[in-house]
Amino acid sequence: MKKIYILWLRQIKRYMRSKSRIIGSLAQPLLFLLALGYGFGSVFQKAGEGSYIDFLVPGIIGMGIIFTAVFTGIEIIWDRQFGFLKEIMVAPMSRVNIMIGRTLGGATVATIQGTVVFLLSLILGFHPVSWLGIIPAIIIMFLIAILFTAMGTMIASLLDDMQGFQLIMNFLIMPLFFLSGALFPLEGLPKGLAIVARLDPLSYGVDALRSILTGVHFYGVGLDITVLVGFTMVFLGLGSFFFKKIQI
Amino acid sequence: MIKVQNLTKKYGAFTAVDDISFDVGSGEIFAFLGPNGAGKSTTIKMLTTLVHPTSGTLAIDGHDPVRHPEQVRRTFGIVFQDPSLDDELTAWENMEFHGVLYDVPDALRRERIEQLLDFVDLSDRKDSLVKEFSGGMKRRLEIARGLLHHPKIIFLDEPTLGLDPQTRNHMWEYLKKLNESEGTTIFFTTHYMEEADKIAQRIAIIDHGKIIAVGTSADLQSQTGTKSLEEAFLALTGRTIRDEAASSKDMMRNMGKLWRR
Repeated sequence: MKKIYILWLRQIKRYMRSKSRIIGSLAQPLLFLLALGYGFGSVFQKAGEGSYIDFLVPGIIGMGIIFTAVFTGIEIIWDRQFGFLKEIMVAPMSRVNIMIGRTLGGATVATIQGTVVFLLSLILGFHPVSWLGIIPAIIIMFLIAILFTAMGTMIASLLDDMQGFQLIMNFLIMPLFFLSGALFPLEGLPKGLAIVARLDPLSYGVDALRSILTGVHFYGVGLDITVLVGFTMVFLGLGSFFFKKIQI
Repeated sequence: MIKVQNLTKKYGAFTAVDDISFDVGSGEIFAFLGPNGAGKSTTIKMLTTLVHPTSGTLAIDGHDPVRHPEQVRRTFGIVFQDPSLDDELTAWENMEFHGVLYDVPDALRRERIEQLLDFVDLSDRKDSLVKEFSGGMKRRLEIARGLLHHPKIIFLDEPTLGLDPQTRNHMWEYLKKLNESEGTTIFFTTHYMEEADKIAQRIAIIDHGKIIAVGTSADLQSQTGTKSLEEAFLALTGRTIRDEAASSKDMMRNMGKLWRR
């Protein structure tokens, strides 16, 4: 337990110390929120869908989380390049526990990031339907964060260096975000897009957040949580499997 | 303590370690010498569970690093050739992290960390981030960390590279004491012949992935008809200069800096 804790603590300390990273990874969601939220606000309203900011905020929280989570997972590549991974890999600790410690650390960081996006959105005029929803919303954020940190770890275990990083960003993370219903309602989509959205784990995360924070849902929270937990299990399993195979 | 039989490691068509066998007894101080790229680090990586051998058998304190990595990891400590510190943590935090991973009890851990940081002359910098350290300071911290838990075997891969003579002497004194008081087996590689001569009880010389001679310094000298270990080493390995394969690491380091700051 103590070993998992120290791995977790390391991630938190590293995060708290990299101010530029915190600001950098907040700038993007904020930009989306401002540009899209205000830019499409009136069109959205005219279409009879209500406030676009309110619709958009859960999606942007999801965005903040997925980027941070995948990135903290992928940080293993950095540890490998800077040599610190060797220190961890020769330690008498089971690989599964290393994976758990890292994933919890990365997920905590991503959840903090998501919470900060949420707080900033309040300043920009977001109104949650109920303040009681905040705690469940943070739990959902954590669940999304674990899922994508585990995914990042899995990817990092398969890559040797950062060469593949751009590829992952453009062909995995961006599509996962854009096709998740973070930016648009999932009702009445063309068939192809609807199928893709159904396969995208982030779309369930965003749906759950939207349901809790704004009362609007598409799949329903029960299904959302089931799918999120399912995906998380799969990625944790695969992640541990590939992580065990790392040779330095 | 260490048993190696017909150990081979191939990377594609390149054979890094080619069918080597040797034994290191319990409580022995054993040096592994060889030119750059001879296979020293690869052998250490196989002994320390980081890389799986292509063929051959290994036993560390009776355990196989491939089949029972966790038991093996409990028996050794290692000081790596390349940096392996976390730059974003302080000196103290790096030590603390290591101590926790190796189950050193709280009180003893604190005591040893203080003592070791003092020993490598970093006490006054214990709360500074490692990224602010010079190369020599990082090296000293790395050594201190390797000595934090007292394992049965200590592997040191070119530990004294870039260390000043003071720290070097200090370190060997500490290791010798550990060897005498706790019977710690010490396995090290170095390019400093006088170091191997003075400290190691037995020496193996490896070149092109093969062990070409094993014995005491005196054995090696009489075997080659030379008067010093350095001459013996040169007689055995020749005088050509070897290149080590370049990696993408340096590029990555620069990219990492750009990304982070």
